Amino acid sequence: MQKIVIDPLTRIEGHLKVEVTVDGGEVKEARCSGTLFRGWEIILKGRHPLDAQRITQRVCGVCPTAHAMASTLALDDAFGIADQIPTNGRLLRNLILGCNFIQSHVLHFYHLAALDFVDVTAVADYEGENDDLQAVKSFIARGALGPFVPRYEGDYRFSPEMNRKLTAHYVQALRARRLAHEMLCIFGGKMPHSAAIMPGGNSEVPTVDKISSFLGRLNEVQRFIDNVYLPDILEVAKAYPDHAGIGGGCNRYLAYGSFDLQGENVDPVTRDRLLPQGLLTAEGELEPLDASQITESVASSWFRSASNLHPAEGETEPDPQKDGGYSWLKSPRYDGKATEVGPLARTMVAYRRGAEPLKSIVDSVLGELGAGPEALSSALGRHAARAIETKIAADAMTDWLLALKPGEPVCADWTVPGEAEGMGLTAAPRGALGHWVVIKDGVIGRYQLVVPTTWNACPRDEDGQPGPMEQALEGTTVRDTENPFEVVRIVRSFDPCLACAVHVVDGRGNGLRRFRIA
Amino acid sequence: MSDVQEYPAIWLQLAGCSGCSVSVLNTVAPSIRNVLVDEILPGRHVNLRFHPTLMAGSGEPALEVILGGLPEQGYLLICEGAVPTKAGFGGVGESAGKHLSMHGQVLDLAKRALAVLAVGTCASFGGIPSGRPNPSGAKGVRDVLAEAGIDVPVVNIPGCPPHPDWFVGTVVSILLNGLPGAEDVDELGRPLCYYGKLIHETCPRRADFDAGKFAQHPGEPGCLYELGCKGPMTYADCPTRQWNDGQNWCVGAGNPCLGCVEPYFPDGFDPMYKKISEDRLRRFAVGSKE
Repeated sequence: MQKIVIDPLTRIEGHLKVEVTVDGGEVKEARCSGTLFRGWEIILKGRHPLDAQRITQRVCGVCPTAHAMASTLALDDAFGIADQIPTNGRLLRNLILGCNFIQSHVLHFYHLAALDFVDVTAVADYEGENDDLQAVKSFIARGALGPFVPRYEGDYRFSPEMNRKLTAHYVQALRARRLAHEMLCIFGGKMPHSAAIMPGGNSEVPTVDKISSFLGRLNEVQRFIDNVYLPDILEVAKAYPDHAGIGGGCNRYLAYGSFDLQGENVDPVTRDRLLPQGLLTAEGELEPLDASQITESVASSWFRSASNLHPAEGETEPDPQKDGGYSWLKSPRYDGKATEVGPLARTMVAYRRGAEPLKSIVDSVLGELGAGPEALSSALGRHAARAIETKIAADAMTDWLLALKPGEPVCADWTVPGEAEGMGLTAAPRGALGHWVVIKDGVIGRYQLVVPTTWNACPRDEDGQPGPMEQALEGTTVRDTENPFEVVRIVRSFDPCLACAVHVVDGRGNGLRRFRIA
Repeated sequence: MSDVQEYPAIWLQLAGCSGCSVSVLNTVAPSIRNVLVDEILPGRHVNLRFHPTLMAGSGEPALEVILGGLPEQGYLLICEGAVPTKAGFGGVGESAGKHLSMHGQVLDLAKRALAVLAVGTCASFGGIPSGRPNPSGAKGVRDVLAEAGIDVPVVNIPGCPPHPDWFVGTVVSILLNGLPGAEDVDELGRPLCYYGKLIHETCPRRADFDAGKFAQHPGEPGCLYELGCKGPMTYADCPTRQWNDGQNWCVGAGNPCLGCVEPYFPDGFDPMYKKISEDRLRRFAVGSKE
């Protein structure tokens, strides 16, 4: 038996520790824990409801817009105006969230995940005229290789030529993701931490010059997605085909749905959304979304509060010395079962629903690789799903952009009620995101966020059922325990975001004692 | 090898959201490639040795950079996020079974640094993690170093997040001219070239304020003062610099300035959409600070 501790697990958002026990080259047990607390839900308590949209964005600098959306949907609901959002407001929100998806997914593949597959040092021998590669070559020649070295060594499989091509794309992708933020800024005010998504709609208005400026950038980004990002995913799949067979996990997928295509119907179960909602069970059954099925276990979490509460009644009482506790993440369960969320979950639900254009694109990618749908449930499948939905979102954004009507309303009026409750369900780039707010005496009485990485990276529950990421790791063969590529590749395929996941803390301001897993 | 001078930098991520790092990636000129790969100035290269979101290594190989391999000539320590001062609230990593707290690592690395750049409002002043009831005991880096009696120059580059120009420009300035002198920063340690004027002084909607034309709802034309705009109390050049390659800024998008570069963010500006008092307005309008 050998224990591998990876802390910090870098190239993710936030602070994550992963511990795996390996026996005979196989992962027998995996435990994931977050190592940072800030206490967002407690900080929100007692503040004005409108501030939630601005403050919850600051949970995460990679996906702030998704929190702005979830928070605003919860406030729309609480203010009783969810069905009154003007079409312009709904479209602008979709566009802003779409930019966030593109930025986050491109950043994840090229700047967070790719260095597990691509050997940048191959550029040392570059002889061509690509300006970016010449710059990287000079950089390597100077000999100071941070932040690309040190790293795990060994399993880099691409030819020198392909390594150089993908390194050039790493640099090119820096521009693509930046353009996505510039697009977002046009209608959102600034990025990261945008300003404009508001209860009722959006505070920035569409004008022809803004539409045109957005469209020019969108067209360039679309060309990048079609001609660079998607083909590169296929290259990784061809060089690392065994990664379509590892990292599957619980095979149970939840999607809340995202990008509203209807204004009037605000029912979370039946609302028409570009990325549709639903649950796909491990047995392959498709079930309608039922938010009342969501509970959070604290069996292995450092909390003494009651286990298995619905987030609308969620409690947070920490107990860092609790027997059997090993994570600050709670364990969200749907119908009592660990459930994966994220691009793969959205793709599995949409594919099973036969949603177009997703189904056709997935079939064409699988056809290109000579693989069946079962290959999707894997580390590689998550990367492919992410790239495919990036394309779907970007293509839909052109239609939304051209449907904007300058001069028409963007925001409905509202008044802040003294007492109300609201729920906002949407998709962050990393998966299903829910905000629950209770307004009392005109201020926030209770605020709960259940975020994607809490679903995916959570610990075991009362039944000993590991979280989806732990399940994805267990049973994996690690060929070289000094360089555990398989472990970090599987973890990164989930695109963990710990800043979002670990946001709960002692409400009474008690000092928490030093914690560490022995 | 070459005659390029390497300037080693260590970027610690503390109690933050990575938004400052993401904002720096948005830099246009110089581009992020210019910053990380190229000579940012002729003959000078910033050698970013440690950055948890970008670096290739994980676990022990990553920690070795800050535990064993620190450059002898010194380095620039860049801190993003507040410092959680309550035990157990934040770790940088685990080495040989030992948990490395954020608080301890900041002190340890700052002692040997040539200078510290506190990037973002959390690292500068505590930011939202320090909002009431400040569950993690979050503080700004300068306060934490002062408490520990560590005497190292600290430059604050606040903002939630800071504009990439503010960070990149400060780094270039340090490489060209050395650390900013007392006359180059305000009493909060912010470079005056970016934080020297009130938003209210250069705001395109200032004429609306003077004419008494006030928006009553976000998104309406007119000055956003009635909606809680903190521009009259906030020192930054957002109105003229604009964000994301000059596309827009918060007030431009019809939403009030939150005052996110100020030490009062968030509690001193609570609630965010409440009009600031005329008393506060007067005190700031003459250029004095609270």
